[in-house]
Amino acid sequence: MLTINNLQASVEEKDILKGLNIEIKPGEIHAIMGPNGAGKSTLGNVLSGREGYEVTGGTVDFDGKELLEMDAEERAREGLFLAFQYPVEIPGVSNLEFLKASVDAVRAHRGEEPMNSVEFLKLAREKCKAVNLDQNFLKRGVNEGFSGGEKKRNEIMQMMLLEPKLCILDETDSGLDIDALQVVAEGVNSQRDPNRSFIVVTHYQRLLDYIVPDFVHVLADGKIVKSGGKELALELEEKGYGWIENGDV
Amino acid sequence: MSAIDFNQQAVSLINSTKKADFLAAVNASGLEQFKTLPFPTRKTEDWKYTSLFALTKQDYNTPVQSSDAQGIESLYQVAGLDAHRLVFVNGVYKAELSKIDAEDGLTLVSFLQANKDEQAAIGAAIGKVAETERNLFTALNNAQVSDGVYLKVAKNVQLKKAVQVVHVSTTQKAAASAFSRCLVELETHAQATLIEQFVSTDEEQNVLFNQTTEAVVGDGAKLNHYRLNSEHESSLHFGGLYVDLNRDSQFESYQVLLGGQIKRLDVLINHNVGGSHCDMTGVYLPKNNQHVDIHSYIEHKAANCTTDEVYRGIMADQSKAVFNGRIHILPDAQKTLAKLSNKNLLLSDKAQINSKPELEIYADDVQCAHGVTVAQLDETAKFYLRSRGIGALEADIMLSFGFINELLESIPLEALRDKMRPLMAEQFTSNRELTKHILHDETV
Repeated sequence: MLTINNLQASVEEKDILKGLNIEIKPGEIHAIMGPNGAGKSTLGNVLSGREGYEVTGGTVDFDGKELLEMDAEERAREGLFLAFQYPVEIPGVSNLEFLKASVDAVRAHRGEEPMNSVEFLKLAREKCKAVNLDQNFLKRGVNEGFSGGEKKRNEIMQMMLLEPKLCILDETDSGLDIDALQVVAEGVNSQRDPNRSFIVVTHYQRLLDYIVPDFVHVLADGKIVKSGGKELALELEEKGYGWIENGDV
Repeated sequence: MSAIDFNQQAVSLINSTKKADFLAAVNASGLEQFKTLPFPTRKTEDWKYTSLFALTKQDYNTPVQSSDAQGIESLYQVAGLDAHRLVFVNGVYKAELSKIDAEDGLTLVSFLQANKDEQAAIGAAIGKVAETERNLFTALNNAQVSDGVYLKVAKNVQLKKAVQVVHVSTTQKAAASAFSRCLVELETHAQATLIEQFVSTDEEQNVLFNQTTEAVVGDGAKLNHYRLNSEHESSLHFGGLYVDLNRDSQFESYQVLLGGQIKRLDVLINHNVGGSHCDMTGVYLPKNNQHVDIHSYIEHKAANCTTDEVYRGIMADQSKAVFNGRIHILPDAQKTLAKLSNKNLLLSDKAQINSKPELEIYADDVQCAHGVTVAQLDETAKFYLRSRGIGALEADIMLSFGFINELLESIPLEALRDKMRPLMAEQFTSNRELTKHILHDETV
């Protein structure tokens, strides 16, 4: 599904990723944990094609295609989805218009006809229900005035509508209380599929009680310094990131 | 070719035009005022960022030669709007395109069609609100006005239908000036909706259009006002909007100005007595080499009045906009609440906005706020849209449209909202593929 090979990237001439390797197979959930400043968010941004990040080395193979050659929108159309840590508010553009534009673009790329608006509205309402968002949110501006939890649920709803191959959840747990976290995690778990993979980027182990990973990687100073099963997250939680940073691994 | 003396030519035009007797007083005082006003240059504070050089290159001070126009209905029709309608072509009233229904308490007539009593009322009221001491073009309008719209609503009457006043400009054989006027009187507790539409045929324009609207809103009365300028980009438009607000009256205005060669709107709202409320929302969208200039003056002369003024502009290409918003709070205007917000989006390195908010406060117990922002499209928002598969071009258009759509959404008349949305979206692209989602257009 995704093979990251010796990925190096910099922001404003500062090296952030310094040779990162990960191999993700269909259906797997990989958690990436690490202290602040390790490059966790940079990884999500580089993979999703955000401008301002310069890839200085390495390759990323996404389902047989070179991911780094594509524009952000092409990556999304190919089936990559980034759930934002801080979803953006866009007043004046309704959530429904935004969702339809997005789904139409992805469908067109797959050679499918756009959905008619009645069908789409029905589908969007279903997905709203699935993530426990009131239908009124479809009429409101994109994320406009949404609470933190509502914004994250809106992200998960988008994921459900777009049916991506690979989902990157960038600190999706940040700013969520335990109830909101459970709703979001349930949404994610409902999307688990033998053909869909997940990268769960998080600072805290708590999220991984609800979205149980197959593999846990520890990112520090731009590299994966340790990989293991889900028990690695618990060990990290117990010992703290100092354990990694002090080179005691 | 030597420069034309605009003022001198204008005086010749005024003197050679025969006008009705009931307008003699306003015509005379207008001419007198006009003669005292110099032609604005870049050194004239109110015209600092708007050059009138174009008016000295050609002689615009000649009468329009033709006001015939065929098949122009589609320019101004608003689907789903049931309104009284008065249509003027180059300032000339077109009875055959107009439709005025009878309503109790309504006087609605073109000046030249008015009966003797109505003409006397027009003569008595006209020029009382319009400010001519600083504004050359309003003085000129006073001096040259011959036809226009007279709208009067009697005490306690709430009009059932909106009043739609349409001004169509058409290209003349030679450059010319067209004049029009709108005079509104709402008596105590009367209520009316006035829609002023300015359109043109889709061709290079050579008519200098001079239009002044003045309104007196009576005690407890409410005027809902729309001013929609969507003429050809070569148009020359000089507009004035002057409103006197009496006790506890309300004025709610939506203004949309697409760009022209020069498009200038002077607004003056007077809170004269107390307790009145003014809500103004405006959008300006110049592109290519277009120019839009809005000068808005709000005079708080009495206590307990409120003003909420929101203007937003998007400047594309090499276009230029000027926004000057002044709120003047006089010593008697205690307990004033006044807000002015002006936000601007620049879509190109060569686009320009000159924005100047001015608060001048002489009362001590007031709440006032003003804010101006100038920005470019938000890169984070753009990435968000692109990360969902939306193409970069469509993302730009969604964000630009969203910026003004926030204000359009607040237009209470649904039919007008539906008319304006595609017009606005077309400003950003003619590719319907890129606007279909924001317009919910399933025909693409």
